[in-house]
Amino acid sequence: MAAIELIRVTKTWGATVAVRDISFEVDEGSFVVLLGPSGCGKSTTLRMIAGLDDVTSGRVLIGGREMTGAPPAERRVSMVFQSYALFPHLDTGENILFGLKARRVAKTEQRDRLVRVAEMVGLEALLDRKPAQLSGGQRQRVALARAIIAENPICLMDEPLSNLDAKLRHEMRVEIRALQQRLGMTTVYVTHDQTEAMSMADRVVLMRDGGIEQQGPPAALYDVPETVFAAGFIGTPPMNLLKVEEVGGAMVIAGTDGPAVAEAGYGNLVLGIRPEQIAIADNSGIEGRVESCDYLGADTIVGVRVGSQSVLIRAHGRHSRPAGSRIHLHWQESEVHLFNDETGVRMAGVRPLPVAA
Amino acid sequence: MTERTRLVGNAVYGWLLLLPAAVLLAAFTHYPAVATLAQSLFTSGTALRPAEFAGLDNYRFMLEDEVFWRVLENNVWYAIGTIPASIALAMLMAVWVNRRLPLRAFVRMSYFTPTILPMIAVANIWLFFYTPEIGLIDQIAAGFGIGSRNWLGNPDTVLGCIIVLTIWKEAGFFMIFYLAALQSLPPELEEAARLEGASRWHFFRRVTFPLLMPTTLFVLINAVINSFKLVDQLFILTKGGPDNASALLLYYIYEVAFSFFDQAYASTLTVVLLAALAIIAIGQFVILDKRIHYR
Repeated sequence: MAAIELIRVTKTWGATVAVRDISFEVDEGSFVVLLGPSGCGKSTTLRMIAGLDDVTSGRVLIGGREMTGAPPAERRVSMVFQSYALFPHLDTGENILFGLKARRVAKTEQRDRLVRVAEMVGLEALLDRKPAQLSGGQRQRVALARAIIAENPICLMDEPLSNLDAKLRHEMRVEIRALQQRLGMTTVYVTHDQTEAMSMADRVVLMRDGGIEQQGPPAALYDVPETVFAAGFIGTPPMNLLKVEEVGGAMVIAGTDGPAVAEAGYGNLVLGIRPEQIAIADNSGIEGRVESCDYLGADTIVGVRVGSQSVLIRAHGRHSRPAGSRIHLHWQESEVHLFNDETGVRMAGVRPLPVAA
Repeated sequence: MTERTRLVGNAVYGWLLLLPAAVLLAAFTHYPAVATLAQSLFTSGTALRPAEFAGLDNYRFMLEDEVFWRVLENNVWYAIGTIPASIALAMLMAVWVNRRLPLRAFVRMSYFTPTILPMIAVANIWLFFYTPEIGLIDQIAAGFGIGSRNWLGNPDTVLGCIIVLTIWKEAGFFMIFYLAALQSLPPELEEAARLEGASRWHFFRRVTFPLLMPTTLFVLINAVINSFKLVDQLFILTKGGPDNASALLLYYIYEVAFSFFDQAYASTLTVVLLAALAIIAIGQFVILDKRIHYR
């Protein structure tokens, strides 16, 4: 049985459609990430699960029970807000205990749970500090502690790491994931950061313009993107998406005169190839001119102009080639993704052609 | 030009910029305050008999003045009657109109209207309410078979009438401050509380009310000052009567100064009023400041 189930949920604000007819399930104990650019409806979806926003149509089931119109307090969900939503006049301990006090849990139990949770998130020494006296990371922990002390089976997180610096974000990412697995909490996590989604999720629900673009395990989204949007959203740098045109009966990358990269007869295509799957050769393959070389330490991102388009290549180690120098690219045809140029949908039936090295 | 003359020039320039404001402040605030304090130590001079130094005679006279004690007592009851009620009402109205409700702008405006009306106009409106026989209150009461009463003519009810009017006038003004404070509270706080299962009352008591405390202190100090300062309505409604039952301290000072022309005694009363207000304001800051969370 799914811990959370959304069935054909739509949310409109007047004439604007925030969420359009989406359905997905969240398995018990799993970590699901709602991923998408800002304004795609992912936060609204989370708020509808929490009951903070009403659904316009469709149903929300939690733990198999109909919860479509139920008030937030009845849904047994905790939530971590992007702004943390800590009560500024209450100290850490009081903030964490707020919900237990509201629900009149016995004093001794409050104390036991507070000790346990504070230890879990490493706040034992900071229980009498006010939020203003805490660092961003510590506030984040308070918000987390407040979410887990309720011992609700479900935890919702709305961009919880977006106010932290890069290093802390990485630490908290690991920590939240570890905590979630240890407690077996069903977690729905909203983010626009695909790195967070890839590294934390059991399942990713990729959203765009209020609809679901693709959902599945992170590896599935990475390996088999169903649309041009999914291909371009995931990965750093994202997949190269190159227009392919028919020139003299051969499908070539727009602006080049060969070699052919896919079989003809399916109209114009978009060819997707991940930067790490492109190899550089000196004199055979697809010709291009170097535009830039960004050295990152472990690898170098080489920008190449191919025909009328830019291609990024992730090359191992250090490469430095002068801008304007001529190079050739090639790849395994098994790594190529082909999409319909108009609809952006993956075209599984079209065969890519080998680009010889 | 040497460094020294340049510095002197700068200083003169600075003082010249300050001068207009300084003159106004000195002429209309500092000088009158000092003059009042000085006058309270002299007898009232007339054309024939110049003022003489009287030491604390005026203050001694004040302590024996029955009317002074009467108006002071009135003023204390007036303060007790108006301050907590108008603040509580203001907070209630602010929380109410801060929610999503139909005609919200209209309701807010209605609550604020008494504030923009001049006190004299307000007093005239309420004079009509309180008038025996033909007044609104008596007309409504008559509908329930209750006889007419002279609300403003009865020493037992007159102060209550003034208090009700003042609350009506002030609550809307204080509401604006609470409304501003409420709107600066992040909405996630309430959402977090709702998810935790906190009732509306629990959230108000544990979160909204404490976070409004800085506003409450500000409003409280204003309310206290107003309770000693706002006497316009007495001129229209009661002139302090009957038998000084509705006279307040500042109204009494006005009478002493401009009806009885006893400048010295009026100065004495003014000094006492100012001292009392200063002590109350400082006390409020010292006591409440420690218990308030400022963001």
